[in-house]
Amino acid sequence: MNVNLTDDEIAFRDEVREFFAEKYPADLRQKQDEGVTLDREDTIRWQKLLNDRGWFAVNWPEEYGGTGWSSIQKYIFANEMAAVNAPIIVPFGVSMVAPVIYTFGSEEQKQRFLPDILASNVWWCQGYSEPGSGSDLASLKTKAERDGDHYIVNGTKTWTTLGHLADWIFCLVRTSSDVARRQEGISFLLIDMTTPGVSVKPIITIEGSREVNEVHFDNVHVPLENLVGEEGKGWTYGKVLLQHERTNTAGVARSKYRLDDLKQKAAQSIHDAAPLINDRNFARKIAVIEIELKALEYTDLRTLAAVATGKAPGPESSILKIKGTEIQQSLDALFVEAAGYYALPFVPEQYVVDFPEEDRIGHGLETRTSLRYFNNRKATIYAGSNEIQKNIIAKHVLGL
Amino acid sequence: MDFSISEEQSMLADSVSRFIKNDYDFERRQKIAASADGFSMELWRTFAELGWTAVPFSEEDGGLGGGPIELMLMMEQFGRGLVVEPFLANVVLAGGVLRRVADAGQKSRWLTPMIEGNLQIALAFAEPQGRFNIADLKTTATINGEGFVLNGSKTCVLNGGSAELLIIPARTSGEQAAEEGITLFAIAADSSGIVRRPYATVDAHQAADITLRDVKIDAGAILGTVGEGFATFQEAVDEATLAVCAEAIGIMRTMHDKTVEYSKNRVQFGVPIGSFQALQHRMVDTLMACEQSQSLMMWAVMLNAADDADRQQAVSAIKYQIGTAGINVAREGVQIHGGMGVTWELDIAHYFKRLTAIDLLFGNADFHLDRYIRCSS
Repeated sequence: MNVNLTDDEIAFRDEVREFFAEKYPADLRQKQDEGVTLDREDTIRWQKLLNDRGWFAVNWPEEYGGTGWSSIQKYIFANEMAAVNAPIIVPFGVSMVAPVIYTFGSEEQKQRFLPDILASNVWWCQGYSEPGSGSDLASLKTKAERDGDHYIVNGTKTWTTLGHLADWIFCLVRTSSDVARRQEGISFLLIDMTTPGVSVKPIITIEGSREVNEVHFDNVHVPLENLVGEEGKGWTYGKVLLQHERTNTAGVARSKYRLDDLKQKAAQSIHDAAPLINDRNFARKIAVIEIELKALEYTDLRTLAAVATGKAPGPESSILKIKGTEIQQSLDALFVEAAGYYALPFVPEQYVVDFPEEDRIGHGLETRTSLRYFNNRKATIYAGSNEIQKNIIAKHVLGL
Repeated sequence: MDFSISEEQSMLADSVSRFIKNDYDFERRQKIAASADGFSMELWRTFAELGWTAVPFSEEDGGLGGGPIELMLMMEQFGRGLVVEPFLANVVLAGGVLRRVADAGQKSRWLTPMIEGNLQIALAFAEPQGRFNIADLKTTATINGEGFVLNGSKTCVLNGGSAELLIIPARTSGEQAAEEGITLFAIAADSSGIVRRPYATVDAHQAADITLRDVKIDAGAILGTVGEGFATFQEAVDEATLAVCAEAIGIMRTMHDKTVEYSKNRVQFGVPIGSFQALQHRMVDTLMACEQSQSLMMWAVMLNAADDADRQQAVSAIKYQIGTAGINVAREGVQIHGGMGVTWELDIAHYFKRLTAIDLLFGNADFHLDRYIRCSS
């Protein structure tokens, strides 16, 4: 057992650090640091920059254009990326549908979809949840019926993150109701959002922004060749995807960055007040999260080490999802606490580039803290609520 | 970064684990704990024969050259077996002081026989008024010709009743809680002026309250440099803190496993109680507490901190974790076992008591959270 980076790993870290120092565009950094939401073009530009260096598809096998990195290299990369507050990579294409395609898809599907995901030419979104199917995902009703060389899809998907920006959607759909277990009649289907009959309606979330959508399918014709793997096996493929999603949601590197940011802010005198870190209660809350986060970082590393020896991420990844999101939300709440009264003004118009300083209410991102806090209550709900994660662990790890 | 253990380390862990399985079942442990000494001298000699008492010492000192990882592996197994033999007191606490500051003569007089299983030693790390602050010492050592005279009181001296040699931190100068002015002395336990009141603790370990009245000692009893004993004292206590945390993880894992197993077999309302979601989620919480604690432990033992503050901070982080998440694992274990969980008959109750004692030993969760904060500023 040892925790030291090898010389090669240190060289790799320096290489990554240097890349971000040189290639991370100043205007994107400014937006990130000023709490301005990145638009579609910003995100694509950033992802293309990473791909130009060969560092976009971090988790993919090399044969499809992935990095082929070791788990420790991935860990270093995530840390360096978070440390400069780089934009997040939108996961739906590169981290979610792509592993399903290269694991279960046909040769033709791999050639058709993977290069465009790699190059961020096509924006993907996820069609899992439905208005009547949240935690009980297997109860989903969106139907795909065979009609010659097409499926005809009818139904509604919801909570579709950034669906209004997407070109394609991957969906779990019901292809058969005549099955012993509900899970068996579900298939994994790729749908072009420009197909007639697809419509996207916004859902405005708690903090007042459009992030998620409802996607309606009204007699949408989808070619049979857009089915991934076998008909009726979609649930199995979807579960693999969810386990990838859960390891990604630990978000340790981001939380480390945010914790450092919080500590720095708490150590400063803001609005002429005494530094908040002098408050014993606040200092203890920060310390508790820091300890939890250190533990999670090592739990994450232990999981990565297990994956490196050839194991797929298993049900333990649920632990990362639960703890990771709990820590994120604790941090959100502490940022609000630190902002005090300045967490109250609802001033979304401030979060634009070069908003005049003299017109700004609050210091820095103080007024943004509550919006983030409200928005991020989603973290313990999405990707299988934390209660569902506990059900999974109880069943598959504890054998209950 | 590498989480795997070496072949030697794995063999060491296996040898302790085999001993627990074959020679230290709960029934035998209870018999040993109820005996006059409160531990088995015969088994202690076996520990020495197996080389366990030599693990953390350098080869030069007659040891096996192990470090925190070896100690962690052994202590985790001792936790699983609820071992009451005074490994912590002799090897980690007293041995930790001796290997750091004893001179060659002192080592051959005290450390060698301890490693051989022929000398029982205790470090008096606490005083009645000091709570968890080990620098808070009212015990004084005043110069008396070539030697010193000691006066004061010590409490909760682990292995204090059986010890033949006592290591006494005493104040040779400075204010009551100052880190400067502390000197470490090694004194025969039967010296004139020493009164010991031994007792069993709630977790079936053995300790003693000790008073020192005009205890006269010569210069040969001084360990290290006069007035500069605190750093050594603290390092030994920190090492012991890490060791009991590893022991706690063994206890937590055992309680968690036994509780899950029990919930699969205990039938109420016609079904195993483990089928109830209210209980399932709580057992998932205890699993997560075990994993998170293990992770912090690995961080703490792998951390080759050059900086004392960083090292202390890691120790305090894991001790805080054990005092909060760990205690919760123990309480849930008792709760889910229902009435059986609070009987003397069942091992669950005894695991719970040991974990409770570990929370208090060397500072509870609150104490260590505060120390953690001090270390970061």
